[in-house]
Amino acid sequence: MAVKEEVVEILNTIIGEDISDQMDDDFFESGLLDSMSTVELLLDLESKFNIQAPVSEFNRDEWNTPNKVIAKVESLIG
Amino acid sequence: MLNLQPYADPKYFVILLLALAPLAIGLYFGKRFAWYEVIVSFAFIFLMFNGKKYHEGYAIIGFMIWQWLLVWGYTLYRKKANNTVVFYVVTLLAILPLFLVKLSAPTHWTHVATLLGFLGISYLTFRSVGMILETRDGSIKEFNPWLFLRFMLFMPTISSGPIDRYRRFIADVTSVPDRDKYLKMLEKAVWYFFLGFLYNFVISAYFFQSFVLPQVKSLAIESASVHGGLTWWLVPVMYASGLNLFFNFAGYSLFAVATSYVMGIEVPMNFNKPFLSKNLKEFWNRWHMTLSFWFRDYIFMRFVFLIMKKKWIKSRVTTSNLAYIFNMLVMGFWHGLHWYYIVYGLFHGVGLVINDAWLRYKKKHNVPHNKFTEALAIFITFNVVMVSFLIFDGFLDKLWFK
Repeated sequence: MAVKEEVVEILNTIIGEDISDQMDDDFFESGLLDSMSTVELLLDLESKFNIQAPVSEFNRDEWNTPNKVIAKVESLIG
Repeated sequence: MLNLQPYADPKYFVILLLALAPLAIGLYFGKRFAWYEVIVSFAFIFLMFNGKKYHEGYAIIGFMIWQWLLVWGYTLYRKKANNTVVFYVVTLLAILPLFLVKLSAPTHWTHVATLLGFLGISYLTFRSVGMILETRDGSIKEFNPWLFLRFMLFMPTISSGPIDRYRRFIADVTSVPDRDKYLKMLEKAVWYFFLGFLYNFVISAYFFQSFVLPQVKSLAIESASVHGGLTWWLVPVMYASGLNLFFNFAGYSLFAVATSYVMGIEVPMNFNKPFLSKNLKEFWNRWHMTLSFWFRDYIFMRFVFLIMKKKWIKSRVTTSNLAYIFNMLVMGFWHGLHWYYIVYGLFHGVGLVINDAWLRYKKKHNVPHNKFTEALAIFITFNVVMVSFLIFDGFLDKLWFK
């Protein structure tokens, strides 16, 4: 599976609804993601892609939409 | 001897703006006079601790050497190894001066407070501990003594925040905003200064502190001596002290942000219409934001991360409830070792737990949602917050136990 689909699947599981039609929506703004689910997201990404995404690297302006998360993960896989 | 307390009176603003004028002219022409900025920062910090506050001046020098050694030492160590115990020890050592100063209040160790305490110790500790945590994560890799000093001793926010982050601050301080952007910042700065005057000097100091609060408080004390500790006069005391807290503190924050803008640094805002929050969680995203975000990122999220990674607790709900209580209790203790600060922290911790349970219930069930329920939500949140501020104020301590 490509990175994109896997990230979307992780996000869908954590948020509990299908977000594939809102790839550029700010999920902090809409309240879909909070600090708790953010940590879950980081842990899932860490184990799925074997990347290091520490909490202090997590800047809410750079991780706030599904597309941005995908871009981040792709850059971290390098 | 001249002593200038930050943002205390009109004279301070005149001196401050005169001192900052060369810096502003430089920024307008695309130049940042780093040395001048540092000299102005140091001069104003010196004037804060001049005269009879000289012992605080010695305390801040000692504090800075201590933090310098810790952050520098830890950066060097972190390049070679990453032991968890070392990280915790360094973090605790960085908090130690603040902890001892806080401890000196209930234990009456006045010599400890005199030796170590100074105005701004809390905010400097946040800056330093934040750097240590980010070094642990590998987000900060190098120790730059010059930038460390500029970050730690950035004068506008030293006494009461907002709390900035090292990497954000450094990006600003090592660049110059273009002219259009800088002019917009100056425009905002003027507006924030005047809004700050209105909030802090007119509404808080004049209206609440010298007019309303003394009256309602003395009426409450009088009534309590007849009818016991729970008097109806506590209701006006609650609203007056809660609103005073907001206008006083939001006013200070506006001064600090405005001053930073004049210096070409976009320090984050601290308040965003907190009394329009629809629930307690939203309130903490709007009230003293740089503090609650600091706690969210450095305490709440790290705590949750640790529990989830080690799989200590299976239930997600239990984890988040524990994290809320832990997070807010730490915040309570940080305010000071008095029962009312700790109860205030616990109150908000439990409040967030209840709030979360309600939000989960709302998601599952079809709870009606309209303009009226929104207004009701704002009303309830506002009053819950006001009760917490009455606890925070310490007036109950005076009324009940003194």
